[in-house]
Amino acid sequence: MTAMVELRDVHKSFGSLHVLRGVDLDVRRGEVLVILGPSGSGKSTLLRTINHLEKVERGTVRVDGELLGYRRSGDRLYELPERDILRQRTKIGFVFQNFNLFAHLSVRQNITEAPRSAQRRPPAEVEALATRLLDRVGLADKAEAYPRTLSGGQQQRVAIARALALEPKVLLFDEPTSALDPELVGEVLAVVRDLAGGGTTMIVVTHEIGFAREVADTVAFMDGGRILEHGPPAQVLDRPAHERTRAFLSKVL
Amino acid sequence: MTLPGTRAEAAAERLPGEAAPKVVTAPHPLRRLAALGVLVLLAMAASALITNPAWEWDVVGQYLFAPSVLRSVVLTLHLTALGIVLGFALGTVLALMRLSPNRLLAGVAFGYVWLFRSVPLILQLLFWYNLALLYPRLSFGVPFGPGFFDIGTMDLISPLAAAALGLALHQAAYAAEIVRGGLLSVDPGQREAAAALGIPRARRFLRIILPQAMRTIVPNAGNEIIGLVKGTSVVYVMALPELFYQVQVIYNRNGRVMALLLVAAIWYIALTTVLSVAQYYVERHYGRGRS
Repeated sequence: MTAMVELRDVHKSFGSLHVLRGVDLDVRRGEVLVILGPSGSGKSTLLRTINHLEKVERGTVRVDGELLGYRRSGDRLYELPERDILRQRTKIGFVFQNFNLFAHLSVRQNITEAPRSAQRRPPAEVEALATRLLDRVGLADKAEAYPRTLSGGQQQRVAIARALALEPKVLLFDEPTSALDPELVGEVLAVVRDLAGGGTTMIVVTHEIGFAREVADTVAFMDGGRILEHGPPAQVLDRPAHERTRAFLSKVL
Repeated sequence: MTLPGTRAEAAAERLPGEAAPKVVTAPHPLRRLAALGVLVLLAMAASALITNPAWEWDVVGQYLFAPSVLRSVVLTLHLTALGIVLGFALGTVLALMRLSPNRLLAGVAFGYVWLFRSVPLILQLLFWYNLALLYPRLSFGVPFGPGFFDIGTMDLISPLAAAALGLALHQAAYAAEIVRGGLLSVDPGQREAAAALGIPRARRFLRIILPQAMRTIVPNAGNEIIGLVKGTSVVYVMALPELFYQVQVIYNRNGRVMALLLVAAIWYIALTTVLSVAQYYVERHYGRGRS
């Protein structure tokens, strides 16, 4: 069985800063992977390469077998035209730390925009989908509200519904609860947990160790632009092989 | 149990049947005196306007809606509209060029803004008006290659076209900066979220970025539009019968200088008032979702 997400020797630099130093990663269909690691370890950058928000400089990213952002011909990778990259992105949902909801559009419009303009699906179908998704994240009564009037937790749940509206093959979460007040973290994690139970392939960058232990199928620990270890939560969290992982866990637990 | 100073305690201090004490605000005698002084000044100004017969309010009334004045108002509006629409269209293109990763595009846009903001409008207008002195004929065709047809500059660029062109090109330099500022004011996360959702580029700009940029663009654009309504009066150097030129023509003929300047002033005030009201509603439209 092929991996849903497959990274091979991925490198990325910002100027002289070498952020990703050869990352290999396989995420199976339906797997929930939680990535842990200290700030600046490259977790977010790694996540952003998976939907080509950051271009990979060396190595390859494949989602559901399709090479992302490039077309291979012989020993060269040619960057795809933007149109193809946008099409690939509709198969990959992304949830941001700061929600990034469109402030001038209502909750409903936030959800229907991409299915309408990126996937060209019929309006009636998309409206029904938005209603269903809002119901699923527990915000059926907020369809006509503007994002600013919602709490952080509610905004993040709308952002998750917006990502789900494209019916993606994989969902990426970039520290989805880091910008939230502590008492709002639970409601967002409940939605993510619900999705995990439903068999969605997910990669979650987070600092919530308890969530990782409970929901993750596998946990990866990153440091210095590399994945130091990757395995079941019980192994990585309770019997880490690396000194770095132990030091990190002792600080956050 | 209550905290000190709560309503329950205050009520407990009152005798039965006694009403809650009324709050009396502190007096501000100096503020009142200042207001009274301003009122007197206003009355004096009104009296000076009304009682002095030299203002010739009857002449003002006579010319305010004269056909020649109304025609000139229409021309002023026409020039303003052309200047703003063409100016902001070109300005938006320049703003996008300036934000392009391509150095040549960004550099040319920078150079344009630098040049057209540096030369006074009146000089630019005279330049376009006299373009025929430099290039008597304009030719259209392949760059540096054969021309398909050519045309006399005087025939192509009428005084009206020269005026509209001059106003628009000048306006574009300012509009470019206003639009660029507006685009930069939108949180980069909005662009990123739209890209991550796979929304096509043009749609991303028109549906996600521009409407949010408008919140910053509209107040500044309002200033520019109102400035241009009055700025069209510079066009009198090209002998185009817009409002300011027209009242000059009339007072040079009948000598009623103050009355006719007043006619022009009243029209400019009326036009800018309408625009200010329109701006209020446009701002409210783009402010939705922000409260």
